Order: sequence, then structure tokens, then C-alpha cells
Amino acid sequence: MTAKWRGVAALALATALALSGPANAQTPPNVLVVGQIAEPQSLDPHVSTATNDFRIAVNIYDGLVRNKPGTLEIEPALATDWSVSEDGLTYTFNLREGVTFHDGSPFNAEAVKFNFDRMLDESHPFHETGPFPLSFQFSAVEEVTVIDDNTVEFTLNEPFAPFLSNLASPTGLIVSPAAVEQHGADYGRNPSGTGAFKFEEWQANQRVVASRNENYWDGAAPLEAVVFRPITDANTRVAEMLSGGIDVLLETPPDNVANFATDDSFIVHETTGPHVWYVMLNMKEGPFTDQRVRQAVNYAVNKESLVNDVLQGTATVSAGPIPSAFNWAHNEAVKPYPYDPERARDLLAEADAEGAELTFFVTEGGSGMLDPVPMGTAIQADLAAVGLDVNIETYEWNTFLAEVNPGLEGKADMAEMAWMTTDPDTLPFLTLRTGAWPEEGGFNSSYYSNPEVDELLDRARTSTDQEERGELYRQVQEIVHEDAPWLFVANWQQNAVTSAAVGDFQLQPDFSLVLRDVTKQ
Amino acid sequence: MTGYIVRRLLTAVPVILGLSVIVFLIMAMIPGDPALAILGSYATPENVDRINRALGLDRSLPEQYFIWITNLVQGDFGRSYILNRPVLDEVLERFGATMILAGTALVLCSILGLLTGIASAVRQFGWTDRILTFFVLIGISMPAFWLGLIFIFFFAVQWRLLPASGMYAVYGGGDLPDLLRHLILPAATLAIVATGVIARLTRAAMLEVLRQDFVRTARAKGLSERKVIYRHAFRAALVSIIPVIGVQAGFVLGGSVYIETVFQWPGLGAMLVKAVSTRDLLLVQGGVLVAATAYVLVNLATDVAQAMLDPRLKA
Repeated sequence: MTAKWRGVAALALATALALSGPANAQTPPNVLVVGQIAEPQSLDPHVSTATNDFRIAVNIYDGLVRNKPGTLEIEPALATDWSVSEDGLTYTFNLREGVTFHDGSPFNAEAVKFNFDRMLDESHPFHETGPFPLSFQFSAVEEVTVIDDNTVEFTLNEPFAPFLSNLASPTGLIVSPAAVEQHGADYGRNPSGTGAFKFEEWQANQRVVASRNENYWDGAAPLEAVVFRPITDANTRVAEMLSGGIDVLLETPPDNVANFATDDSFIVHETTGPHVWYVMLNMKEGPFTDQRVRQAVNYAVNKESLVNDVLQGTATVSAGPIPSAFNWAHNEAVKPYPYDPERARDLLAEADAEGAELTFFVTEGGSGMLDPVPMGTAIQADLAAVGLDVNIETYEWNTFLAEVNPGLEGKADMAEMAWMTTDPDTLPFLTLRTGAWPEEGGFNSSYYSNPEVDELLDRARTSTDQEERGELYRQVQEIVHEDAPWLFVANWQQNAVTSAAVGDFQLQPDFSLVLRDVTKQ
Repeated sequence: MTGYIVRRLLTAVPVILGLSVIVFLIMAMIPGDPALAILGSYATPENVDRINRALGLDRSLPEQYFIWITNLVQGDFGRSYILNRPVLDEVLERFGATMILAGTALVLCSILGLLTGIASAVRQFGWTDRILTFFVLIGISMPAFWLGLIFIFFFAVQWRLLPASGMYAVYGGGDLPDLLRHLILPAATLAIVATGVIARLTRAAMLEVLRQDFVRTARAKGLSERKVIYRHAFRAALVSIIPVIGVQAGFVLGGSVYIETVFQWPGLGAMLVKAVSTRDLLLVQGGVLVAATAYVLVNLATDVAQAMLDPRLKA
């Protein structure tokens, strides 16, 4: 090597060392860096549908009401209190006074009206800034009326008990009318709310930054700022957490949870969400028209093994259509079908269904679907052990939905599905009622029908007494569990890992990420 | 030469347009639509119709294509359904990031590949040649994404020397040293396989040239070995090496899809993967259009460079 080349090599090495200096692997003090699973689509909460986006939105915006931290019970937010008329058709909200949006414009009854009219009224001047995919959650709203500056009234066209839960969902968050008027279709990239953090910048594919709102009505947050980083690859997300590039890791791959749990520099957080993973069984034709066969598959599948081995403890065994996260509506007395292959074989023999051939639709991925292919094959193996011959057909998520949503008739006997909801009503109402069969526009693709369940659901939906609603849902669970229109499998336990420096971090059952009380040393 | 370049550029236009039609048709043929991706489990036929109407997807295919192409001529690439943002903004931002990564990788692999190839050829069957050939073989045989993960494990997680992902530091930063720090691992990963290929072909081309008469003549004239190799032999070998580098440029552009995903590099490849899975038609169209144009330009540049080096091709 000549002297000149030696010089070049030394220079290259020096540059490399300088570049790899101490600046990285440290997040800034009192700024929380969150490793998100994807780039957000829009920070307009009315336009967005992704949990990923809502994790940012709930920190920038408030709704009229919100879920009490750690629960799915409603508490006041931008509304201080409210009353419901006797017939359940009129909701009157008293609004918090002196609140302003981050852009300086005032929050008042007009602003509330603007928000809902924009979503629901096709002739509204800013309806074009949509589409608003989840606005059907408020389709019961007939009219929003401004009574005075701090009072607003919602008139519904039918009693609709989930209304308050839906107001607490991200689609119910209140955006600044002035900002929508200013930015039009680009509002989703220039959001303005009343939340604990105000939007600072969105560098496409790099980060979304929100800083502390000093004038937050509920007290300024301890954190100076929050940075949301999109890291779509789960392994990279883990690597970033290990190398100190992020403070919060969301949706940890099951394989890594145990490693973080045994390391003192990290804290693993887990909580069961309002999520249900199930296999719908075609009740219109084939072996599953017989209740004994449906119960048999529920006995035949080892769900404990599915959640502990395949999902490595990131889910719990499900007992019915209403997850335990809805604590006020969940029926503790309904226990999951135990793993009992003997019993399954007996039931199959009784029903004369031994050796039946079944077609099973499995998806490759999809929102809330956990690990659908390994789960599908595990179920297939368990069913083979009791003498059922299951053929798996695998589809990519969009195709899967296009096949399954119009109904299983003539196509399949079983299909995987998962839902995340904000009210115990949503899932049974959309998937278990007779009136929700696909041709009626619902998601009851397995054609379950039980008049008793229909009636209970109708009553629960119109009752404004939470106690009574809870009782009705508990009855629904008992009946549905016995009828077994589904193979009940799992409730997802969402998880997050934080570094030891992060304090007062709590996962919310609705999968949002509320950071207003979080600290970082 | 100018005429040749203009002609080549003009023939590229129908190629790119044809490509856009094909992409449009393929996207229309695969089942599922953006409304399903947007709505997920909530996709009732009624909701799907409502969203499709709002996005203008209820029109016929030719109509949709016609609207797209008319707007395109006026420089309007449309709005991404999913990102809710002008396609052109997103594509250009992503393309810039891809060019930084792929460009750096291409420069790296060309320099390293050429130097390695020449060193091997000059000392054929010597120790240098054997050691270099060994490493070149390893480089060629390794899957790039796997190598990327290994790099992340050692450099980011174990030694904490370099960041594991992203293009800039999360907070603050954003200057050139910051960019370079983030660029080292992905660019090196992307370059390594291509380096191997270029090195092997350079070695072969050099060996062939070194056996030829004009090299013997040059040596006989008493020129220094360095001049013989770099000025005469290497220059002659370049004619057959340049097309290889052109092909590798394509490879690096394509390979960046995996690398961008592994290192969360915000480039075009990672964007296209996502856009296809969410049926974000206009974004796919815009991305493909830009990527195709880049390919055409790279090919053109290769051909021009080759023509300039080899007088026989100029005609």
C-alpha cells in the first residue's frame, strides 16, 4: 500500500468513526419517541380508519366524552355533562367553557355542529373533504342543533344506546372548523384539535411530532413533546427498541415479548382489548346446520394451545361474542368450551358427521387477524384428530373480505374473522342478527338466526340504562355460546414495551394510546 | 449523438404509457378494491359503494384511465386514496430518498467492484486473487435482506455504532452527517451483492483484454505496468463492463425494495409495496411511471457511455 492510499484509508476510517459518534441511540430528554407500526394515513380522525392513526389523534383531539383511562366506561371530556330524553331520542350536552383549538379558534356548539354536519350531510360545503368511512357510526343522528354557545343537542331517528360509546371513539373526536376551512382536503396533514398535544410537523415517512399544549383544559402534560415514528417491519422495530432509538414499542412480535420481560431496562405492558377472533360456521348448508357438529368443533380445538403456543401468550381464550374488556356487559359465568376431543367425537358420531369434508377460508393477514395462517393450520390439525377433513383455502386480505362478506353459501363451511369494536352492541348487531344476513347489508356471513337473540339485541340497543343493557348482553352470550354459530377462539391481548425511563404509561382497552399523563426521566 | 439521445427519449414515451395501461389493467383485475382496504371488517356492500362513489371509482375503467391521463398531461397525478395526499408530492419525495440510497450503493459497488476485479485479474491465481474471489463469492451468494438484518444486529443493537433504521434522526438532526450515518448500513447492504457481480465480470473482461496483442505491444514499448493496466487494458475492458454496471443499476433500484423495508428507508420501493396491498391505484400508477422513467434513463445513460467509449457503436 502506497503512502497516498494509506492516507485515504485513514481518512475514510476517521470519517466513519466520526459519523458513528455518540449522537445516536439516545432519545432526547422529556420527549417520548413512539415506534408506530406504520405511517399514518391521515390525522383527520373522521377520515381515518386505522388504529395506528388513532393512536396519534387521541392525543391531538378530544371528543365530547371519552373512555375513563384503562376502562371502556364513559366520562366527560369537552362536554361537562349531558342529559338524555325519556324516549332516548334527544341528547343534550353542556360544553366546557373557555376551551380553544390549537389554531386559536374557539370551541363551542357551532364547532360541534360543524363536525357532525361535515360527516353526515352531503350538501355541507366541506363534505367533499371526506370520504368519511366510519361516519355510519352516527347514522342514527337526525339533526344537531345549537341551543346556545355552550349547549348542543343531538336528535336521533331511533333510540341508539351505543351513541355515547361511539362519541368516545376516534370518529367522534372534534376537529377545528377554522382549520378545515383553511386547509380543505389537506386538513388531514394540518390537524388542529383541543387535545393535550398540538401538532407540530409531519415529515412524510419519517415522523409526526406533537408538542405539549400549555393551555390544555385538563392540565398541561408532563412530556414536552411526542414523536411518532413509523417502523413497519416488526424486527426493525424490535432492533430500534434494543438500540435505544425509541422509548415505546407498539405491537411487539410474540417471539420477543419474553426477552423484553426478562430485561430490567424494559417494561412490558399488556391488556386485553375489545377484540374477538373466531371462525364463523356456515349454518345454511352442510354439516354445520347441526348444532352438535358446531359444538363438536368447539370441543375439538385446543384453544389454550393456540393462544399459548401459536400466539405465545399474546391472546386469551375467548368464550363468546362479547370480550371481557367490556366489563359491564361481559358474562363471567359463560366459560370457554373445554378441550375435549372425546366429547367432540361422540357429538360427531351422534350427528352422523364423522369424516365430513369441510372447506375453510383462511386469510394471509389483515387487521386484527393475529397470525391467521398458523392458527388456521392448527385448527385444521385439531379437527383432523377428531376425524374431520378440512381443506384450507388461503386468500389475501382484500380478496378474503370480498369472498366472505357476501356470505359463505355455496363456497365454504368455515371462515376466519376478527373484530375490534368500541361498544358491546357492534359485533353481535352486525354479525349475529337475522337482519344482518349479507343480503340485508350486514356481516352475518354464516347465516345465524335466533329470534330470541334478535329480540335481546334490539332491546339492548334502545335501552338507555347501562345496567339493563349489561344484563341483556349477558343473556345474549349464554344463548350464542350454546348455539355455537362460531368456533370461539381468542381475544387479543395488546402489548407495548417501554424503556424503564418511561413512567405512568397505560395501555387502553380501546387500543388507543393516551399519553397526557406519561412521564419520561 | 444528440439526435440519438432524442430519438431514444422519444421511443421511451410509448413504452412508459403502455406500461401505465398494463398496470392500470392489472390493478383492475386483481380482486378487492380501495374501499375494502379502507373499511376492513366494516365493508358492507353499501359502505363500499358509498366510498367508491366518493373516490370516483364507480366510473368505467376507460373513463377512469382517460381522466387520469388527461390530468397527467397537465401535471396532475391525482390524489392517493389511502394517504389522502397528492400523488406527485409523495412519489417525488420517495423517489428522492430512493435515488440517494440507490445512487450511493451504485457508486460504492462500481468503485469496489472495479478495483476488486482489476486486482484479481492482474494477480490471477495469486493469493490476492484467491482471497478476493472468496469474498466476492460470499457477497454474491448472500440474500441482501438477511445481510441487512445481520448488520442491524451487530452495528445497531450490539455495538450501538449506527442507527438501525430511518433516514434522519428522530428529533433534531436532519443535516448531512445525520443522513450519512443513516445511509451507511443500507447502502453497504445494497452494494455488496452488486459489487460481487461487477468484480467477477471485471476480472473476466480484464483477463481477456490482458491477453490481447495491443497490451503486449504497450508493454514492449516500455510503458509502466500501471499505465498498461489502467490506461490501455482497463479502458478497453470498460466497453464490456459498462453494460454490466447498467444492469446492476437496475438491480440496485429493484433490490432497494427489500432494503428499504428492512431499514425503513422512506423510498419508492417500500411505498409501492404498501400501495399495491391497499389498492391505491393512482399512487401505484404514479410510482410505476417514475420508476419506469428512471429505468429508461439509466439504460439510455449506459448506452451513451458505451457508445462514447467504443467508436464502432457510434454510427
